[in-house]
Amino acid sequence: MADPLLQVEGLTRRFGGVLASDAITLAIGADELHAIIGPNGAGKTTLIGQLAGEIAPDAGRIRFAGRDITAAPVHARSALGLARSFQVTSLFADFTALDNVALAVQAHAGHSFRFWRDARRDPALRDPARAALAAVGLAGRADQMVSRLSHGEHRQLELAVALATGPRLLLLDEPMAGLGPEESARVVALLRGLKGKLAILLIEHDMEAVFALADRITVLVYGRVIASGAPAAIRADTEVRKAYLGSPAAAEAIHG
Amino acid sequence: MRWSKLIAKPMLYFIEQCLNGVQLGMLLFLLAAGLTLVFGIMDLVNLAHGSLYMIGAYFAATFAAWTGSFIAGAALALVATLVVGIALEVIAIRRLYGRDHLDHVLGTFGLILFFNELVRLIWGPAGLTLPLPPEMLTAVEVLPGVFYPVYRLVIIATSLAVAIALYLVVMRTRVGMLIRAGASNREMVGALGVNIQLLYTLVFGLGAALAGFAGLMQAPILTVQIGMGENILILALVVVIIGGIGSIRGALVAAVFVGLVDTIGRAFLPDLLRLLLSENAAATLGPALSSMMIYLLMAAVLVFRPEGLFPASGR
Amino acid sequence: MTHALTPRNAAVLGLFAILGLVPVYCALTGNYFPLTLFTRIVILALAAVSLNLVMGFGGMVSFGHAAFLGLGGYVVGILAKEGIGSGFIQWPLALLFCGLFAAGVGALSLRTRGVYFIMITLAFAQMAYYIASGLERYGGDDGLTLYHRSAFGAALDLSNKTLFYYLCLTLLLGSVYLVRRLVNSRFGLVIQGARSNERRMRTVGFATFRYKLVCFIVSGMLCGLAGVLLANHTDFISPAIMHWTRSGDLIVMAVLGGMGSAMGPVMGAVALLLLEEGLSRITEYWPIVLGPLLLLVVLFWRGGIDGMLARLGRG
Repeated sequence: MADPLLQVEGLTRRFGGVLASDAITLAIGADELHAIIGPNGAGKTTLIGQLAGEIAPDAGRIRFAGRDITAAPVHARSALGLARSFQVTSLFADFTALDNVALAVQAHAGHSFRFWRDARRDPALRDPARAALAAVGLAGRADQMVSRLSHGEHRQLELAVALATGPRLLLLDEPMAGLGPEESARVVALLRGLKGKLAILLIEHDMEAVFALADRITVLVYGRVIASGAPAAIRADTEVRKAYLGSPAAAEAIHG
Repeated sequence: MRWSKLIAKPMLYFIEQCLNGVQLGMLLFLLAAGLTLVFGIMDLVNLAHGSLYMIGAYFAATFAAWTGSFIAGAALALVATLVVGIALEVIAIRRLYGRDHLDHVLGTFGLILFFNELVRLIWGPAGLTLPLPPEMLTAVEVLPGVFYPVYRLVIIATSLAVAIALYLVVMRTRVGMLIRAGASNREMVGALGVNIQLLYTLVFGLGAALAGFAGLMQAPILTVQIGMGENILILALVVVIIGGIGSIRGALVAAVFVGLVDTIGRAFLPDLLRLLLSENAAATLGPALSSMMIYLLMAAVLVFRPEGLFPASGR
Repeated sequence: MTHALTPRNAAVLGLFAILGLVPVYCALTGNYFPLTLFTRIVILALAAVSLNLVMGFGGMVSFGHAAFLGLGGYVVGILAKEGIGSGFIQWPLALLFCGLFAAGVGALSLRTRGVYFIMITLAFAQMAYYIASGLERYGGDDGLTLYHRSAFGAALDLSNKTLFYYLCLTLLLGSVYLVRRLVNSRFGLVIQGARSNERRMRTVGFATFRYKLVCFIVSGMLCGLAGVLLANHTDFISPAIMHWTRSGDLIVMAVLGGMGSAMGPVMGAVALLLLEEGLSRITEYWPIVLGPLLLLVVLFWRGGIDGMLARLGRG
């Protein structure tokens, strides 16, 4: 691939005796939607943690837009264009939905050492925030306290917050976790709309969504990449079938 | 004897101070062990721990006066403090579990105020004294030329015995295993179907007994007065932070370390400063700096190893 | 916060009115004790407001804020003793020192969180306490008397108690307004966001440390101002003002009054100090009521007085 946006080389991480990441290598293009699948415990969230900067790898490199960000702190990665949504919803519970997104906008709107003006009345922050909420379908819920929103709306808000930072690469950790079919379809439509505009690294268990959206798929088992490539190739790969797609539900999803 | 002439006075003084440091360390260990257990297992910051220490001392002074015997007084005081500790847990402390640390700090701070006034109400504002039996008042020659009071040795010995007993209980018994498990993963222990309520009460009671024991042991040589708990509480908290929350081993190592640093610092720092600085500067800085030493130590530990030296949990 | 006449807003207005009219009452009755009492209340309210900036809004529970009270007071006292009586020099220097101290303490402490943060701020305050106790030249434990209040020229004579009171009140109200504007600004939202979910803040791109540090410095300076006022009010400064239990008092005021608003701590200070004053006339053992009261507030009455008033307004 010519000039990948994200390049991961030999990423390794141990927790005590467990090898959570085993020399993971992958590359993601600037307009690619890349899915990571694998059974529970495969180390997918650990991978995201290392990409986001919360977990320090024991070995390996991470390159983003040509820069080595392996040692960069979390907030610096965000400044470079990396955004992340959490598997377990992580929002500002005592604020409104709009406040949540506005904070994300604020983080990328210059420094925040402004002590006087009411930030909740600043159109430079509120307008882009409303736009992001509208994009994920939450326009009508902007002034609700997060604690009053449903689980599905939380997942949508997670996406809105990540998008509001204007990222080049979106790391999505199971955005459809706990969603019903209608809500999941909405998220899939949203992601399809984003395809090509930015790079997306998607961790998901929902095989239908994965095979419908992904340009390329990487399969992670016990921290190791066992296959990586176009969806059709992954579908046909015997190793993958043995390790992961062997379950009837998954097989059904693939064959429609 | 040739020996005692060779060992210069400063050396004797140094050895004596080291022993004092160890003795202070053992007292701190008794307090810190209870604190760190409660903190590690129930995730509770108990500022009223110092109050239990004070109560132990007051009970001991009173019971010793009634019975005429130091040992009987001490034994009764230990039981009484245990009872107070358990009552406290059942009535007040258990309502604080699961809340955030600020709530613990505030709630137990309120308990400090309460206990200080209660003691003032019952025993009056002046302190008490606890005289030692005459045999304990003598000094013994631990090393050629080094004389050390018997009672201080008794403190060191009994504290070590408690430490060993604690080690055996925590490492070798079923209850101990639950305690260790609880310190490193609270939720799991609950999930195992253990009577958490009872375990917590036991642990708190144990902590109270240890605090009371520390209080009554130091009573003859240091003090029995209102507010004595607050001063030593800070030291004990420093020990817990340095040693690592939830770790008894950490508490022992840190306690001895802190005891030594504090004692030797106070003993030698002023003189050391006098060598390096002017008389005036040394006189000003000396006492302040030596009191500060352990806080500087704690700050250093927090900067380099925020989890303490022996963190108990992988959480 | 709405501008409608809710019970809460009515209470705030009522409080302002009472505070504003205290000197008038004293002039009419000839009894100047309330003026002394309320001056103290207003000054400590300012300290509590400054603490709440980091604690209520920032989630940083500082158990060492009393150190700023002492530091502010000592700068004034020391300069006065050395012959510099001008308030134009004393006050800015006091604020500067408090800012520097806060920067140092904050830079080290903010690397920790939760109970570790509480402990390390406590430790730093104890260090300040010991340093002040060791300053023989400036009174040590006995403290330092101020023979002349800060001089601001003929126009502003601080020994005029009524004038001084209105100065303190103006500074208090100004600070409450300042804190309100601060917490709703971009800076304030970062601080509140960091309290709510620091992990999220970092992920979204905020380098939270620097904002929390600035917040801590502002808070320290504001508390230092309270210390300057206190020293002038009592014409005296001693290490006792920096004891950690004094920091506890400030925390109590903020929690009792309500940590969620800029005005909350003012209500808490007024309530607590009036309660102390009232209870102490009934019995000398009044802290025995205060202790359990604090515990009850923590357990059942979160949101404090301000929170309760707000709930009243909602029906």
